[in-house]
Amino acid sequence: MPKMALSHFEASLLFALFTSVVMGVVTKRDDRERIRYGLYVFGCFVAALVGLGWVMHFGHG
Amino acid sequence: MAKQKQPKEPMPPLGVWAGPVALGWLVPGGGHFLLKRNGRAVLLLVSITLMYLCGLMMRGAMFQPQSGDLLTILINTGGFIGNLASGLLYLVTVWLGYNQADVAGMVHDYGTKFLVTAGLLNILAMVDAFEIAAGRKS
Repeated sequence: MPKMALSHFEASLLFALFTSVVMGVVTKRDDRERIRYGLYVFGCFVAALVGLGWVMHFGHG
Repeated sequence: MAKQKQPKEPMPPLGVWAGPVALGWLVPGGGHFLLKRNGRAVLLLVSITLMYLCGLMMRGAMFQPQSGDLLTILINTGGFIGNLASGLLYLVTVWLGYNQADVAGMVHDYGTKFLVTAGLLNILAMVDAFEIAAGRKS
Protein backbone atom coordinates (compact mmCIF):
# COMPACT_ATOMS: atom_id res chain seq x y z
CA MET A 1 0.00 0.00 0.00
CA PRO A 2 1.39 3.44 -0.90
CA LYS A 3 2.47 5.68 1.91
CA MET A 4 0.87 9.07 2.42
CA ALA A 5 2.75 11.99 3.93
CA LEU A 6 0.62 15.07 4.47
CA SER A 7 1.18 18.33 6.29
CA HIS A 8 -0.91 19.21 9.36
CA PHE A 9 -3.06 21.48 7.22
CA GLU A 10 -3.68 18.92 4.46
CA ALA A 11 -4.49 16.11 6.90
CA SER A 12 -6.87 18.33 8.90
CA LEU A 13 -8.56 19.51 5.72
CA LEU A 14 -9.11 15.92 4.56
CA PHE A 15 -10.45 15.02 8.00
CA ALA A 16 -12.83 17.98 7.87
CA LEU A 17 -14.01 17.05 4.37
CA PHE A 18 -14.87 13.41 5.12
CA THR A 19 -16.42 14.21 8.49
CA SER A 20 -18.60 17.04 7.18
CA VAL A 21 -19.91 14.93 4.29
CA VAL A 22 -21.03 12.20 6.73
CA MET A 23 -22.43 14.73 9.23
CA GLY A 24 -24.38 16.41 6.44
CA VAL A 25 -25.78 13.11 5.18
CA VAL A 26 -26.91 11.70 8.53
CA THR A 27 -28.23 14.70 10.41
CA LYS A 28 -30.78 16.55 8.31
CA ARG A 29 -34.05 15.61 6.67
CA ASP A 30 -33.88 16.97 3.11
CA ASP A 31 -31.13 17.36 0.55
CA ARG A 32 -31.00 21.14 0.64
CA GLU A 33 -30.56 21.14 4.43
CA ARG A 34 -27.97 18.38 4.19
CA ILE A 35 -25.83 20.35 1.74
CA ARG A 36 -26.12 23.52 3.84
CA TYR A 37 -25.27 21.70 7.05
CA GLY A 38 -22.35 19.86 5.45
CA LEU A 39 -20.90 23.15 4.19
CA TYR A 40 -21.51 24.75 7.60
CA VAL A 41 -19.69 21.96 9.44
CA PHE A 42 -16.81 22.10 6.95
CA GLY A 43 -16.61 25.89 7.42
CA CYS A 44 -16.55 25.45 11.22
CA PHE A 45 -13.74 22.92 10.95
CA VAL A 46 -11.68 25.24 8.73
CA ALA A 47 -12.34 28.25 10.97
CA ALA A 48 -11.28 26.26 14.05
CA LEU A 49 -8.22 24.98 12.19
CA VAL A 50 -7.07 28.44 11.16
CA GLY A 51 -7.99 29.97 14.54
CA LEU A 52 -6.19 27.32 16.59
CA GLY A 53 -3.24 27.54 14.20
CA TRP A 54 -2.86 31.24 14.98
CA VAL A 55 -3.32 30.61 18.74
CA MET A 56 -0.48 28.08 18.63
CA HIS A 57 1.63 30.42 16.49
CA PHE A 58 1.36 33.20 19.08
CA GLY A 59 1.52 30.74 21.98
CA HIS A 60 4.90 29.50 20.81
CA GLY A 61 6.13 33.08 20.45
CA MET B 1 -43.04 26.69 32.70
CA ALA B 2 -41.66 23.18 32.69
CA LYS B 3 -41.33 21.60 29.25
CA GLN B 4 -43.69 18.69 28.67
CA LYS B 5 -41.94 15.37 28.28
CA GLN B 6 -42.23 13.82 24.81
CA PRO B 7 -43.72 10.32 24.95
CA LYS B 8 -41.05 7.69 24.33
CA GLU B 9 -41.26 6.16 20.86
CA PRO B 10 -41.80 2.40 20.93
CA MET B 11 -38.89 0.24 19.78
CA PRO B 12 -39.61 -1.12 16.29
CA PRO B 13 -39.45 -4.90 15.79
CA LEU B 14 -35.95 -6.34 15.41
CA GLY B 15 -36.68 -7.74 11.95
CA VAL B 16 -37.30 -4.24 10.60
CA TRP B 17 -33.96 -2.68 11.50
CA ALA B 18 -31.48 -5.49 12.19
CA GLY B 19 -30.67 -6.11 8.51
CA PRO B 20 -29.91 -2.49 7.55
CA VAL B 21 -27.93 -1.89 10.74
CA ALA B 22 -25.89 -5.11 10.36
CA LEU B 23 -25.19 -4.43 6.68
CA GLY B 24 -24.38 -0.83 7.57
CA TRP B 25 -21.77 -2.09 10.01
CA LEU B 26 -20.22 -4.50 7.53
CA VAL B 27 -20.17 -2.09 4.57
CA PRO B 28 -20.31 1.67 5.19
CA GLY B 29 -23.55 2.91 3.61
CA GLY B 30 -24.75 -0.69 3.16
CA GLY B 31 -27.84 -0.11 5.29
CA HIS B 32 -28.79 2.87 3.15
CA PHE B 33 -28.35 0.79 -0.01
CA LEU B 34 -30.68 -1.84 1.46
CA LEU B 35 -33.23 0.87 2.23
CA LYS B 36 -32.94 2.25 -1.34
CA ARG B 37 -31.30 5.53 -0.28
CA ASN B 38 -28.64 5.10 -2.96
CA GLY B 39 -27.37 8.68 -3.20
CA ARG B 40 -26.71 8.94 0.52
CA ALA B 41 -25.32 5.41 0.56
CA VAL B 42 -22.72 6.29 -2.08
CA LEU B 43 -21.67 9.41 -0.17
CA LEU B 44 -21.27 7.41 3.06
CA LEU B 45 -19.44 4.57 1.33
CA VAL B 46 -16.99 6.87 -0.43
CA SER B 47 -16.33 9.19 2.54
CA ILE B 48 -15.89 6.51 5.20
CA THR B 49 -13.88 4.16 2.98
CA LEU B 50 -11.58 6.94 1.76
CA MET B 51 -11.05 8.13 5.33
CA TYR B 52 -10.15 4.60 6.40
CA LEU B 53 -7.80 4.10 3.43
CA CYS B 54 -6.10 7.45 4.13
CA GLY B 55 -5.58 6.25 7.72
CA LEU B 56 -3.95 3.08 6.44
CA MET B 57 -1.76 4.99 3.98
CA MET B 58 -0.63 7.23 6.83
CA ARG B 59 0.31 4.03 8.67
CA GLY B 60 -2.03 4.64 11.59
CA ALA B 61 -2.01 2.18 14.47
CA MET B 62 -4.91 -0.09 15.44
CA PHE B 63 -6.03 -0.27 19.07
CA GLN B 64 -6.24 -3.40 21.18
CA PRO B 65 -8.10 -3.48 24.53
CA GLN B 66 -5.56 -3.24 27.34
CA SER B 67 -5.74 -3.40 31.09
CA GLY B 68 -4.03 -0.88 33.35
CA ASP B 69 -5.10 2.48 34.70
CA LEU B 70 -8.51 3.92 33.85
CA LEU B 71 -7.21 6.20 31.08
CA THR B 72 -5.38 3.34 29.37
CA ILE B 73 -8.49 1.17 29.49
CA LEU B 74 -10.69 4.00 28.17
CA ILE B 75 -8.39 4.99 25.32
CA ASN B 76 -7.58 1.50 24.13
CA THR B 77 -11.06 0.02 24.51
CA GLY B 78 -12.68 3.10 22.94
CA GLY B 79 -10.15 3.04 20.11
CA PHE B 80 -10.74 -0.68 19.57
CA ILE B 81 -14.50 -0.14 19.35
CA GLY B 82 -13.88 2.70 16.89
CA ASN B 83 -11.68 0.45 14.75
CA LEU B 84 -14.11 -2.45 14.92
CA ALA B 85 -17.02 -0.22 13.86
CA SER B 86 -15.51 0.05 10.37
CA GLY B 87 -16.80 -3.48 9.73
CA LEU B 88 -15.35 -5.36 6.78
CA LEU B 89 -12.68 -2.71 6.24
CA TYR B 90 -11.25 -3.50 9.68
CA LEU B 91 -11.75 -7.25 9.44
CA VAL B 92 -9.99 -7.46 6.04
CA THR B 93 -7.17 -5.21 7.24
CA VAL B 94 -6.52 -7.42 10.26
CA TRP B 95 -6.95 -10.58 8.20
CA LEU B 96 -4.30 -9.34 5.74
CA GLY B 97 -1.90 -8.93 8.64
CA TYR B 98 -1.72 -5.13 8.96
CA ASN B 99 0.20 -4.51 12.15
CA GLN B 100 1.53 -0.99 12.52
CA ALA B 101 3.26 -0.27 15.78
CA ASP B 102 2.24 2.93 17.58
CA VAL B 103 5.25 5.08 16.73
CA ALA B 104 5.92 8.79 17.23
CA GLY B 105 5.22 11.13 14.33
CA MET B 106 2.42 13.41 13.36
CA VAL B 107 1.48 11.53 10.15
CA HIS B 108 1.14 8.21 12.05
CA ASP B 109 -0.88 10.02 14.68
CA TYR B 110 -3.26 11.47 12.09
CA GLY B 111 -3.52 8.01 10.55
CA THR B 112 -4.59 6.50 13.88
CA LYS B 113 -7.26 9.19 14.29
CA PHE B 114 -8.49 8.70 10.72
CA LEU B 115 -8.91 4.96 11.34
CA VAL B 116 -10.87 5.46 14.55
CA THR B 117 -12.98 8.31 13.19
CA ALA B 118 -13.95 6.29 10.10
CA GLY B 119 -15.46 3.73 12.49
CA LEU B 120 -17.20 6.38 14.58
CA LEU B 121 -18.70 7.95 11.45
CA ASN B 122 -19.89 4.49 10.45
CA ILE B 123 -21.71 4.25 13.78
CA LEU B 124 -23.50 7.51 12.90
CA ALA B 125 -24.42 6.01 9.53
CA MET B 126 -25.76 2.89 11.28
CA VAL B 127 -27.91 5.02 13.59
CA ASP B 128 -29.25 6.87 10.55
CA ALA B 129 -30.06 3.55 8.85
CA PHE B 130 -31.87 2.47 12.03
CA GLU B 131 -33.98 5.64 12.05
CA ILE B 132 -34.88 5.26 8.38
CA ALA B 133 -35.76 1.58 8.84
CA ALA B 134 -37.87 2.42 11.90
CA GLY B 135 -39.78 5.06 9.93
CA ARG B 136 -38.60 7.93 12.11
CA LYS B 137 -36.85 9.58 9.19
CA SER B 138 -37.31 9.64 5.42
